[in-house]
Amino acid sequence: MIIQGKTHTFGNDIDTDVIIPARYLNTFDPKELALHCMEDADPNFAKQVKPGDIIVAGKNFGCGSSREHAPIAIKAAGVSAVIAGSFARIFYRNAINIGLPILESPEAAKSIEAGDEIKIDVDKGEIVNLTKGETYRAASFPPFMQEIIAAGGLMPYVARRVRQSV
Amino acid sequence: MGMTITEKILAAHAGLERVEPGQLINARIDLALGNDITAPPAIKEFKALGVKKVFDSERIALVPDHFTPAKDIKSAEQAKVLREFASEQGITNYFEIGRMGIEHCLLPEQGLVGPGDLVIGADSHTCTYGALGAFATGIGSTDLAAAIATGECWFKVPETIHFRYHGNLKPWVRGKDLILYTIGQIGVDGARYMSMEFSGEAIEALSMDSRFAMANMAIEAGGKNGIFHVDEKTLDYIKGRLKRDYKIFQSDPDANYAKVYDIDVNNIGPQVALPHLPENTKSVYELGDIKIDQVVIGSCTNGRMEDLRVAAEILKGQKIHPEVRVIIIPGTQQIYAEAMAEGLINIFIEAGAVVSTPTCGPCLGGHMGILAKGERALATTNRNFVGRMGHPESEVYLAGPAVAAASSVKGRIAAPEEVVK
Repeated sequence: MIIQGKTHTFGNDIDTDVIIPARYLNTFDPKELALHCMEDADPNFAKQVKPGDIIVAGKNFGCGSSREHAPIAIKAAGVSAVIAGSFARIFYRNAINIGLPILESPEAAKSIEAGDEIKIDVDKGEIVNLTKGETYRAASFPPFMQEIIAAGGLMPYVARRVRQSV
Repeated sequence: MGMTITEKILAAHAGLERVEPGQLINARIDLALGNDITAPPAIKEFKALGVKKVFDSERIALVPDHFTPAKDIKSAEQAKVLREFASEQGITNYFEIGRMGIEHCLLPEQGLVGPGDLVIGADSHTCTYGALGAFATGIGSTDLAAAIATGECWFKVPETIHFRYHGNLKPWVRGKDLILYTIGQIGVDGARYMSMEFSGEAIEALSMDSRFAMANMAIEAGGKNGIFHVDEKTLDYIKGRLKRDYKIFQSDPDANYAKVYDIDVNNIGPQVALPHLPENTKSVYELGDIKIDQVVIGSCTNGRMEDLRVAAEILKGQKIHPEVRVIIIPGTQQIYAEAMAEGLINIFIEAGAVVSTPTCGPCLGGHMGILAKGERALATTNRNFVGRMGHPESEVYLAGPAVAAASSVKGRIAAPEEVVK
């Protein structure tokens, strides 16, 4: 999978409360959640983000609550991928489960600046910064997770296994 | 090489002799939990899967506790999804308003979790049950959907950090202070993806309620689970509650730890975490004059009997500061009734506090005490992120119930000794 887009940058320890504040969790409609994506980190984000844009953040992205509404809001806002120095564990699982591409690359997180145009080869784990002419490596997924990603998320993967066992 | 308690529980549930950190396993689960925010998306996905029945109607717990009693129409609709699904599937562990509690106070109290269990919950504070010597961890709604269909969940076996606490606790210092101190030492990602194992003589001296508070906040250090070894206190706690068989696992003396911390508790004072991360901890004695508008005593971290007793000990015969609102939330109906029987509720009301029905409510900025712009709260909850309890420009300071009660009286963040000599 190849993803290309313009970046929006955030700092370290971006928690799921700022990704999607709990005051909006009385629904799980992706369209409604998208309107408030990243609201408490950057109130203008939802208005400015364009389909295909990429979020780049520092360490421990998605820490805090287990709310899957966080990666859902990001995906529904049109964001094509999230690159971070590191991801909090539950967010990482949730993102893979719902089919939001995420890449762990401390090097990319440090070097990419807001507005840089980048191109990601998800399968190879390669991130090219077209603006700066730099290339960064991202951690690759274990084969088991690649299967979930290839299936389009956990539920299609489980559905296939359920069908096989019947 | 031996195994840790976490590795042993995971291996047993995966049907394996042994597991190694980093290994991916598929494990059988003993209990899966969802609440009024996380279960509705899981139920939708479960239905889309086309599976007719859940894997086991007695091994699923559905607790409407976050936005309940329903704060608005949308929340009422979400709670209704749980209620109807529980009825359709014959789920025995659905807890209706009036019989419910905050999930992580309720499940252990009702004997739904025991030593050696593997529990997953679509709530990050599911790690609380590690206090009982169980492996318990938070997952998202999609994982919950898959788990209630199959009775299984995949895991990456975590590395373990061993935290050993030595010495004697100072007056007013409890589990909450130890875990805040620990997060202050290692940071909010200090145990990312890892198991946090707690032991040492200072831990043996802790009550079960204090151990629940510690395990609860393992996630605030990024931990996958927080876990304690079973002792007499654990066995006393589960006696008369747990209806299932259980198995006690113990770390081997030669178990492999990624890191070991030896923490001397003799000089740890009551802790406060400053905005906007739980790692910004200081001893209450190091803080200057920090005025507060609201105090919340409750939550899945500190809504248990020990917490209410500590708060009552300080608030007895005192009056809450005229410029402070104090909201006290017993964790479950049973805790509420017990606090009433002990006279604690009277102490709170006479001091000028409000006492609420069990709910997560203000902890996550849901309802029952939302902060206005520029307001500051001191809370016994677990997160002080930007906007956590209301307006993005409000602030939350985290502490245990002793500091919370003392601060209620003083109108600023205060040490317990300032109120009780």
